[in-house]
Amino acid sequence: MTTFIELLLGGLAIGSVYALIALGFVVIFKATEVVNFAHASLLLAGGYVTAVLHDDIGFWPALGVGVAGAAVVGAAVEFLVMRRYRGSDHSVLAIVTIGVDILITTELTRRMGTEVLSLGDPWGDGVVTVGGITLAQTRIAAFVVAGLLITLFLLAFRYTSWGVSMRAAAENPQTAALMGIRLGRVSLSAWAVAGALAAVAALFLTVFPTPGLERATSFAALKAFPAAILGGLDSTTGALVGGLVVGVTESLATGYQGDLSFLGRGIGDLAPYLVMLVVLLVRPAGLFGTKELARV
Amino acid sequence: MATLAIRDLSVGYGPVRALRDVSVDVPAGAITAVLGGNGAGKTTLLRAVSRTLGFHHGTGTGTIRFDGRRLDGLRPAQVVAAGVIQVPEGRQVFARMTVADNLRAGALGARGGRRTTAAALDRVHALFPVLAQRAHQRAGLLSGGEQQMLAMGRALMAGPRLLLLDEPSLGLAPLMAARIAETVQEINADGTSVMLVEQNAAIALRLATTAYVLDVGEVALSGPAGELAASDEVRRRYLGVVDETAAADATRAVDGPSRPLSRWSA
Ligand SMILES: Nc1ncnc2c1ncn2[C@@H]1O[C@H](COP(=O)(O)OP(=O)(O)OP(=O)(O)O)[C@@H](O)[C@H]1O
Ligand SMILES: [Mg+2]
Repeated sequence: MTTFIELLLGGLAIGSVYALIALGFVVIFKATEVVNFAHASLLLAGGYVTAVLHDDIGFWPALGVGVAGAAVVGAAVEFLVMRRYRGSDHSVLAIVTIGVDILITTELTRRMGTEVLSLGDPWGDGVVTVGGITLAQTRIAAFVVAGLLITLFLLAFRYTSWGVSMRAAAENPQTAALMGIRLGRVSLSAWAVAGALAAVAALFLTVFPTPGLERATSFAALKAFPAAILGGLDSTTGALVGGLVVGVTESLATGYQGDLSFLGRGIGDLAPYLVMLVVLLVRPAGLFGTKELARV
Repeated sequence: MATLAIRDLSVGYGPVRALRDVSVDVPAGAITAVLGGNGAGKTTLLRAVSRTLGFHHGTGTGTIRFDGRRLDGLRPAQVVAAGVIQVPEGRQVFARMTVADNLRAGALGARGGRRTTAAALDRVHALFPVLAQRAHQRAGLLSGGEQQMLAMGRALMAGPRLLLLDEPSLGLAPLMAARIAETVQEINADGTSVMLVEQNAAIALRLATTAYVLDVGEVALSGPAGELAASDEVRRRYLGVVDETAAADATRAVDGPSRPLSRWSA
């Protein structure tokens, strides 16, 4: 039972990090209908900036610069690349993001080489034990920070003018333009916000028990795809639920790997995709999605 | 002096020519009607003014001036900032957003500050009390007539100097269409110029001072609304009038059940 609770809590914590990534992914999709395959590279960029700066300027300032840096990279991708293709077919745009992803990831991995970079977080490998249940401090921090950011985001999405223009543009771009909403700005801000959220996620994907930032980090980031898709690509609620589902599934499947050995090794990594497939069979638009995925 | 001056406007969607050398004047403070059947180019004309042709891969030549300032070449948001606001065909409310958020969205392109927006909201609620009652309901759940009110209220939130209305009576029951017509008059009386695009010639000619008739992308007729309403051609083609008794009916019908445009019966 203790193991189960530990796995569940750990899964929720890492799931909230996936939710952060998936949220950015969904925001870009809502604002521009583009499936952003470059998302993992934004995350890598944010993590990289934090990793190279923390020795010189300290962890928190480095994290701040990393977050800002990833936001700038996201905005730059929108401004320099995506904007040129405006009006193109959405599948063309999705393929353009694959190109962007390869470009950014290649450059960053060239700089990192085979190193595993630490982001210099203050939690280390500390644990907290309450009532026989042990959790890594990093997981608790992940849950708290991701929870705060997600709440903040949802409040902004619901109550601020920025949120109103995002939602209006997502629902009907032409009518939004008739209201004087600048679609270019909406899309720019979506990319920047997605970058910033991804940079925070980069931190929690690379802290204990993970060794640090490396090329493989972008693979971990890819788990946000099944999260976003099973939630429904155009639903912020879906991104949250999807993230948690993926986190918990992965955590439980990894934890009980021994009992599941008949399914083969590495079921932990595979489980999120299996869940996604099952969900899509039952609900092709995802749990909370409204648009048919075919629209992509 | 003309508020909106459209000169020699030609618009095409790829190989499709939608407008040819159209010139229209919308004088300040008045209601100007643009009539025409399906595919005449009415919506295209409004898209050209609001600069949203790009959404349809349409391109145009000609000039459009608002108070002397060129609108052609501007972006949609700049046209809104200049005070020219469009209520699109088919209402296009943001169905998944609440009524209140729809109105908020309408104010996003306005230049005024918080106080102007609050005043605009009061005015919209006074014109359409139902929008205050349904403030927190999703717009998609409103009836067609209520959605038309919301679409108009949303446009008013931007503080328009010129309101472009694309077939506001489309798909509405006669009573509701008459209410909308009344509100258009009220909005105009408060000092907003109106360009009213309609297939429902009876309603439009009653409201407007001047009117234009578009036919397959060209201005076929134009002049004072009263004269057009009396002209044989308009009566035959757009008011569905065949004989004298029916003509009298049509002139009276505008207050009660209005007749739809009857190109087909012409
Ligand atoms: N997005 C588009 N792409 C291609 N052609 C278009 C497009 N929109 C309109 N057209 C064409 O342009 C012409 C004018 O259309 P428009 O929608 O302006 O007419 P309308 O007078 O508003 O008609 P309705 O009363 O049916 O709304 C038509 O021949 C139409 O087929
Ligand atoms: Mg039309």
